[in-house]
Amino acid sequence: MGLEEKLPSGVLLSTVEGLAGYFRKASFWPATFGLACCAIEMMTFGAPRYDSARFGMEVFRPSPRQADLMIVAGRVSNKMAPVLRQIYDQMTGPKYVLAMGVCASSGGMFNNYAIVQGVDHVVPVDMYLPGCPPRPEMLIDAILKLHAQVQAEKLGSNRAAEIATDERSALEATPTSQMRGLLR
Amino acid sequence: MSEDKPTQRVDEPAQSPEPAPSGDATASGAARSSRPDEHDRSDNHAGDKAKSPGETTQDVSNESVTAARVDQLMPSDATELEVVDVRQGMFGIHGSGDTSGYGGLTRPVVLRSPSTRPYGGWFDEVADRFETVLHEHGTGEAIEKVVVDRGEITFFIRRPHIRTVAQLLRDDAALRFEVCSGVSGVHYPHETGRELHALYHLLSMTHNRRIRLEVAVPDADPHLPSVVGVYPTADWHERETYDFFGLVFDDHPALTRIEMPDDWPGHPQRKDYPLGGIPVEYKGATIAPPDQRRSYT
Repeated sequence: MGLEEKLPSGVLLSTVEGLAGYFRKASFWPATFGLACCAIEMMTFGAPRYDSARFGMEVFRPSPRQADLMIVAGRVSNKMAPVLRQIYDQMTGPKYVLAMGVCASSGGMFNNYAIVQGVDHVVPVDMYLPGCPPRPEMLIDAILKLHAQVQAEKLGSNRAAEIATDERSALEATPTSQMRGLLR
Repeated sequence: MSEDKPTQRVDEPAQSPEPAPSGDATASGAARSSRPDEHDRSDNHAGDKAKSPGETTQDVSNESVTAARVDQLMPSDATELEVVDVRQGMFGIHGSGDTSGYGGLTRPVVLRSPSTRPYGGWFDEVADRFETVLHEHGTGEAIEKVVVDRGEITFFIRRPHIRTVAQLLRDDAALRFEVCSGVSGVHYPHETGRELHALYHLLSMTHNRRIRLEVAVPDADPHLPSVVGVYPTADWHERETYDFFGLVFDDHPALTRIEMPDDWPGHPQRKDYPLGGIPVEYKGATIAPPDQRRSYT
């Protein structure tokens, strides 16, 4: 009747990585971490109209120990930065960070003494979401892209090799200041 | 319109402390006759009709600084103004070419000079009672000046008396300013000897009246008494004012930074504090932070 009848002898072959990624992406537990106006859009994302329950992540955990996704929704001030890092440190791995909006991604319009110029100065960011603030649809898109990333994530020594490769390519990449071309 | 709304301001030339020079008087007369709401004015004098909030008009009889240009900029009416500064261009940047045309911008920084009686409406009632109470308490010299502007009354208080004044304003039955809705600071770098101002916004729930107290202190000695003993709600407000302006409220229970990190150097809301920021990199260009960009003057 169902899909399993279509499977040969009811057996489906996959990898452990694929299965782990499938389970991980389908069960995000976001930490409640609203900092500014982006948080309003994030709350809308969790509300019935946009319904994050479709992606298995409708419950935002107030305790970082029960969360594995931090949506940094808003500008992070210098005073907030250590708090943010502590919450990140308290989250259980595997954990992911989504920088929501330009302020969390790059400081945005607040290029001044008070605001951290991009939350990636403090925590490793897996997904950057532009917009000021981004619409909930954009957050859904970012979440789905993060899903794809998590699904394809490797395990064990393969994961270590992947991290090393990423590190090397990041070091070899041309800095933006040395890029030439159109202003963008 | 409620009856206890104040008559907004003194706009008879006769009531201004010093009569305006004749040139200015002509200019104000011309400006006045062109005002569309001319007919409303007599009603205001009668005291039974309050002005709309946006209807703020000012006159300039301080002829020391670019009087002609200031006169063009300020719609003229009412009493004289203290021009503390005239700003040219935008963003306070000088020394490079003007590419925008904003370099010709001239903006006076004006403060209203002391008002004279009658202040209008309940302002006089409060001021009378306030002065009486102060004299009874032996601190008659506490009030430096009284400024009525934009339908609001501000009492400038001499520094040593602010706590006593707050106590009297709170406890006197006819005044009853029970609520201090905020303490804030202002930095006037050009007012030598009184660069830092602390402002207290008081509300009387009993009488539905709001007044403002203002204390000016020099930057070299930014100490003033705390009012936390009278208004406990001022605790965090005074900490914030200390954090951002460096005003030191003596006898505050725990005067520490509240917004900025504890080890932060300087007081960021002062006018001379740099904005900060980092250069932003694009492909093929780097944009300096806002206060270091190409000048538009």
